[in-house]
Amino acid sequence: VLAPLSWLRDFAPFDQPVEVLADMLSNLGLVVDGITHVGGGLDGVEVVEILDIRPHPNADKIRLVDVDRGDGEKLQIACGAWNMGVGDLVPLATIGTVLPGGMEIARRKMRGEWSNGMLCAAEEVGLPNASGEDGLLILPPGLAPPGTPLTDALGIVPDVVFDLDISPNRPDCLSIAGIARDLAAALELPWSLPAGPPAPPVDAAVPAARVDVDSPDLCPRFTGTVIEGVAVGPSPAWMAQRLTLAGMRPISNVVDVSNYVMLELGQPNHAYDLDRLGGGGLVARRARPAERLTTLDGVERVLEGDDCVIGDATGNPVGVGGIMGGASAEIGPATTTVLLEAATFTAMAIARTGKRLNLHSEARARFERGVDPHLPAVAVDRFTALLAATQDTAPRPGPTTDIVSENDLPASPTILCRTAKVNALLGTDLPDAEVASLLGRLGFDVSAVGEGVASVRVPSWRPDIDREVDLVEEVARLHGYERIARTVPEGHRPASGLTTYQRFRRRVREALAGAGLLEAWTTTFLDPADLGRAGLPAVAVEVANPLDRRESILRTSLLPGLLGALRFNADRQAADVELFEVGRTFARPSGDRMLPDEREELAAVLSGEGRDATTAAWLWALLVDALRLEGLTVHADEVVGLHPTRAARILGADGEVLGAFGEVAPEVAAAFGLRGRVAVLHLDLERLAAQPTRSELAAPISRFPASDIDLAFVVADGVSAASVEATVREAAGDLLESVALFDVYRGERLGAGRRSLAYRLRFRAPDRTLTDGEVGDRRAAVINAVELAHGGELRG
Amino acid sequence: VPDADAPLADDALSAEGRAVLTELEAVLADTRTAVERAATPEELREASSHALGKRSAFATLQRRLGGLDPEERRQVGARINGARQAVQELADRHRETVEVADARRRAETERLDLTEAVGLARGGRSGRQAGLRGHLHLVTQTRHELEDTFVAMGFTVAEGPEAETDWFNFEALNMPPDHPARGMWDTLYLDLGDPGTVLLRTHTSPVQVRLMESTAPPIFAVMPGRCYRRDTPDARHLPVFHQIEGLVVDRGITFGDLAGTIEAFTTAYFGPGMSSRLRPSFFPFTEPSAEFDVTCPICGGTGIRQGGGGACRTCSGSGWLELGGCGMVDPKVFAACGVDPEEYSGFAFGFGIDRLAQVRSQLADMRILIDNDVRFLSQF
Repeated sequence: VLAPLSWLRDFAPFDQPVEVLADMLSNLGLVVDGITHVGGGLDGVEVVEILDIRPHPNADKIRLVDVDRGDGEKLQIACGAWNMGVGDLVPLATIGTVLPGGMEIARRKMRGEWSNGMLCAAEEVGLPNASGEDGLLILPPGLAPPGTPLTDALGIVPDVVFDLDISPNRPDCLSIAGIARDLAAALELPWSLPAGPPAPPVDAAVPAARVDVDSPDLCPRFTGTVIEGVAVGPSPAWMAQRLTLAGMRPISNVVDVSNYVMLELGQPNHAYDLDRLGGGGLVARRARPAERLTTLDGVERVLEGDDCVIGDATGNPVGVGGIMGGASAEIGPATTTVLLEAATFTAMAIARTGKRLNLHSEARARFERGVDPHLPAVAVDRFTALLAATQDTAPRPGPTTDIVSENDLPASPTILCRTAKVNALLGTDLPDAEVASLLGRLGFDVSAVGEGVASVRVPSWRPDIDREVDLVEEVARLHGYERIARTVPEGHRPASGLTTYQRFRRRVREALAGAGLLEAWTTTFLDPADLGRAGLPAVAVEVANPLDRRESILRTSLLPGLLGALRFNADRQAADVELFEVGRTFARPSGDRMLPDEREELAAVLSGEGRDATTAAWLWALLVDALRLEGLTVHADEVVGLHPTRAARILGADGEVLGAFGEVAPEVAAAFGLRGRVAVLHLDLERLAAQPTRSELAAPISRFPASDIDLAFVVADGVSAASVEATVREAAGDLLESVALFDVYRGERLGAGRRSLAYRLRFRAPDRTLTDGEVGDRRAAVINAVELAHGGELRG
Repeated sequence: VPDADAPLADDALSAEGRAVLTELEAVLADTRTAVERAATPEELREASSHALGKRSAFATLQRRLGGLDPEERRQVGARINGARQAVQELADRHRETVEVADARRRAETERLDLTEAVGLARGGRSGRQAGLRGHLHLVTQTRHELEDTFVAMGFTVAEGPEAETDWFNFEALNMPPDHPARGMWDTLYLDLGDPGTVLLRTHTSPVQVRLMESTAPPIFAVMPGRCYRRDTPDARHLPVFHQIEGLVVDRGITFGDLAGTIEAFTTAYFGPGMSSRLRPSFFPFTEPSAEFDVTCPICGGTGIRQGGGGACRTCSGSGWLELGGCGMVDPKVFAACGVDPEEYSGFAFGFGIDRLAQVRSQLADMRILIDNDVRFLSQF
């Protein structure tokens, strides 16, 4: 909302410095997003009339414009705007002018053609751009004779405009009056409606408006007033300036007064040309099935039974109630009699219709949040008074027809407010009288009903307040959040800290970063085609309303995202890239569950020189060690998306699948545009965290020397190293301290399909030095066991 | 077009025509076998070209058509073409099988015993060279720092699902269906349950609801996590982002406690000399509600751009950085979660983790967070 300070001052004497007022507004929750100073730096800016527009001989993006400054001379200006036409009045910054932005205007040649000044856009002369269009500020026709200084033509007096961000619970502050009321309450200033000229008296000779309401649940209050003797013309400069500063474009006095009243009081209203209104009357009713209406924005709307329609007396629709009018019965230059509508619409109904029609308007914004039901009568008086001020001859309003359904109007509740509750929630120590005073300043009607309890009647303009806690906020707001003493909660707290799982997850991240990997963060969304590219099943949770078809499913695996990240880096000449990610994956829910099966997973991809499935095996060994895991096994297996002979599954202590590692399948790598082998590891992190870990008990460290023996077995390729090692451990007995695979050899001498696995076994006793005989016995047992179990022969 | 498979009446054909057809059957059988026998893509290519190329038996038969009268030529020719096409289709089908088998065979030659690699790695022998240490993502680091700060202040860290029901994301938070405040968040819905009932959480607040439903006060918890909004990505917004939210529920918790807790966090996280301020705002799930600002960490609250002069770009010269929202838990939220608002009170606050990272590291465009460019990731 744009609120000019001069307009706010119509309601209360705000004489404080602008910065103080801005701070005060923000501290009331009417957040100041911007402050514009207008009216300064416009010396030398004149109203000119466009006489001719022609192409620039040497440029495509600028044209040559002849303007008249009122002296009958043609003055040539080069101009890059395209929104103006011959006959338009526009502002010209003449030579020597220094614009509010600091730009100094000089006579200069643009591509060989003279430009004698600059035609200005609204922003360039420090005015809000009401039309929202790019280009020059087009002034209302007939605003002032060419040559008039712009400040005189617009009646611009230096002013300050606050740009306020009004939260959706404060419809009362979608008006100058409401903003001024809050500000006056904070500054303890008296607030009153602007004095201004009195409304012209009701003329008994003018007929009462013929208005009716068929659907009071949608439209609980409807007023109609016939005004005769209307003379349509331009608005006075002061009104045009205020509307411009508030972000609206002046059109004609009748339309401008209607907008002025809405901006000032917050009561949307509509003026119809009575002579063009079918049957000369209005009715607020439900839409008929599939009733059609073309709204002022030129769009044909199809209405439904719970939409409120304003119809004329012949049954034709003339507007969507409380949202937007239609083009018929629009005010025109020839209008002499107006039917003014000022009504109250039910907020939920307006919200529903507005949302369904996707139709936004100033009226909807106010009605769907709630407009004070007492305002229509006030607005009618203000309308006629302001209209009189725009005309040479007084308009003649007839009696207002006011149709009210009290039961359908929002009620102003009365709330019990306990001072103790206020202080308990805020941590303050305010006395009863202070609470009553703060609420009273905001227009609440407070009367004590007992010790520490008051009965508070909510003013009709505050639909957001219906509970004691809402009053607490009002007290806090006006008292000032900054004046509430800062404390920390007392009392016992439950044990704090990270959970076991959260600590585990951090260790996983630290281990992988420690191993040299970079942590990535990829989006949760995938392109449906990513599943096929990654070799994954084509089943996933879909987003019902995705922004982009390429981001329309929830990831079932972290791999497509990470492979995409590898590609992103490969495209930027980063070759050796090792990434990991921890994040959620989503599977369609099983059974009658509503929510997806959501899991936290870990995935790593390593690409570049020397990386292959054995790199992934190394990464797994590293994690097992870093996380002190125990009892997990690894089995060669085929895994979707992985290389069929270079993949292994990771099984938990009880045999459940925890994940897999190996190499990305060649066709998957190719589908993601990756060259070379990509090592990959993926794990269900929550299941991994539930696996047994090595004992926390310290193992005694023996003082006695160890005896090492190296054994190399030749076994078939089909025999896994893991199974050989298991046999070795089993046969070596409890004096075995460690066993490590230290060499693998393949060669012609061994024959095809066979390799040698060399293990170093270290034996040690806690209490003595082992004898050669003891070690020899165990050596023989191991050799025997490996031969029996795997046909492994000792390599000489 | 004559049906290639329709039997031709023998008596309608010349002797030469019959001979061609007899030979055609033999050729068809032979080429079929040859194609089916091909076991590798190379063999298949060879077999196909032999069976269908210019010097194939089909081509030889085709050349003999010249000796037939026009009607017979047409009919016999159609039969030859039909046979040829059948072989072509067979070859195409067989190609897929052969290629899969070929890939399989190539894979077989690459077979690795990965337990061997695990064993070697455990023994300290891996093919990969040790390089420098890696890095956690900037957002993870920021999240960990925030968690640690709150843990030191006596909070636990709670988490919840990213896919949520309408109840947890909106309704329990005092936003019944059609509530206008829902328009404050553009929501992504999932194709689960009735339309509009399952969604991607728009904030971490559903975790508050889950926590209050499952845990009796006192509650002191922060809830970090990923959230989603139907926003077109730009320099300051991502449709996928991270938030951290705090919740305190106990007897006698006050608005002063909220302001004091935010102040304590600000000093603990941003450092001494940094402070916070609260200003009225509106959220459906808190009352009273506030926005909270902290001293701009870039200009230190002076509002002046360091080095160059002029207004600080981060805070537009105000000296304050808008960080997040907060307030006292609305009684309706307590009621939805089964907490008695006459016995307990509480406060909640929340802000964006990515946004904080953006400010602290002065990222011109937030989209760099999800590019995963290694030149970015390795900076932090």
